[in-house]
Amino acid sequence: MASLDDLKKRIASVKSTQKITKAMKMVAAAKLRRAQESAEKGRPYSEKMNNVILNLSNGISNKENAPKLLSGTGQEKTHLCVVMTSDRGLCGGFNSNIIKKAKSYFAKILDEGKELKIITVGSKGNDQLKRVYGDKIIENISFKESKNANYFDADKVGKMVIEKFEAGEFDFCTIFYNQFKNVITQIPQAQQIIPLNNEGEESSSEESYEFEPDEDEILSNLLPKNISTQIFKAMLENSASEQGSRMSAMDNATRNAGEMVDKLTIEYNRSRQAAITKELIEIISGAESL
Amino acid sequence: MSEEFKVEIVNPEKSFLVKDDVSEVVVPAFEGEMGILKDHISIISFLKPGIIKILSKSGDENYYVEDGIVEFKNNNLSILTSTIFNLADMDKSKQQDLLKQAEEEANKTDINDQSKYLADQKVEVLKTLN
Repeated sequence: MASLDDLKKRIASVKSTQKITKAMKMVAAAKLRRAQESAEKGRPYSEKMNNVILNLSNGISNKENAPKLLSGTGQEKTHLCVVMTSDRGLCGGFNSNIIKKAKSYFAKILDEGKELKIITVGSKGNDQLKRVYGDKIIENISFKESKNANYFDADKVGKMVIEKFEAGEFDFCTIFYNQFKNVITQIPQAQQIIPLNNEGEESSSEESYEFEPDEDEILSNLLPKNISTQIFKAMLENSASEQGSRMSAMDNATRNAGEMVDKLTIEYNRSRQAAITKELIEIISGAESL
Repeated sequence: MSEEFKVEIVNPEKSFLVKDDVSEVVVPAFEGEMGILKDHISIISFLKPGIIKILSKSGDENYYVEDGIVEFKNNNLSILTSTIFNLADMDKSKQQDLLKQAEEEANKTDINDQSKYLADQKVEVLKTLN
């Protein structure tokens, strides 16, 4: 059995861990509110953008001449996957959920004999993927310096994706991120952004638009922007999810530490009492023997 | 009948501006400035660098934009843009910064015609502001 001194030290160490996790929880809660707010504020932009594109693509008469970003290259050979994770750990299952989702998708693609290319956004995803898929990762981006998700960063990723698409490096592009549902639930998502998948969505209006300049030109200008917008949306959702996930993970850790302290304290008191009893018995039996 | 309609400017971070007593908006559309009044036909167009003028009862406002999309439908004007500044809040140093950036971009040799044209536009608009 551990000595009294050892127990005391362990209690102290668990308590200090608890303090850290508690502080992290508080910080995550504060950041979560901000991240959630900006995720909600960012929604109108991506929704409107989607709407406009939907209206536009319905207005296009000649589907065959549609921009490749909309209709695809006509091939299905190379898949590009953009896996978006966080730069920091201690956020529960946040990163591993995305990775799990991505890995099952990778396996499917490779099974079908297609080529796979990966871009990782965020260092944690890169750390977890490079062991197995190291040779497939073509780019690794991390925005450690940026405090909050901002459009400028998303645009950088978007431009890179488009550049590679125009160079004919891939035919399909899918982004992986966590959608924020609430603090305890984040749903890992795989969203195809190239070619744009609008099927199943009905246009909100029957009205026809006037276009200036013509549809094709607007579309070819709009689609690259839409990619950056979708990536930005994913980044916002991700940052809200990360904080939510961290908050609940740290909440659990704090509670577990509390339980551990209780258990250790009981053990400490017991062995202290046992030591006292032992001493008393020794004194009494010593006195009796006189 | 009132001659007013609603305008909403959204940037990726948030809903930038919502106004519903607007009588006229002038936007720098790609093929030239375009004035929009109430009951304009539904239109989608995109913007080049320039000034958005919003005329309304509660006062006129001017905004500098670098790019964006306008959609007008059912007397709702939506402007989606990634870079927008209220001219009233924009001081000289900010203008100079943007001008410098735009000039640098315009002087690059390895860009295509369209980005060159856009960068030149930026320089021109920013110069007229000063």
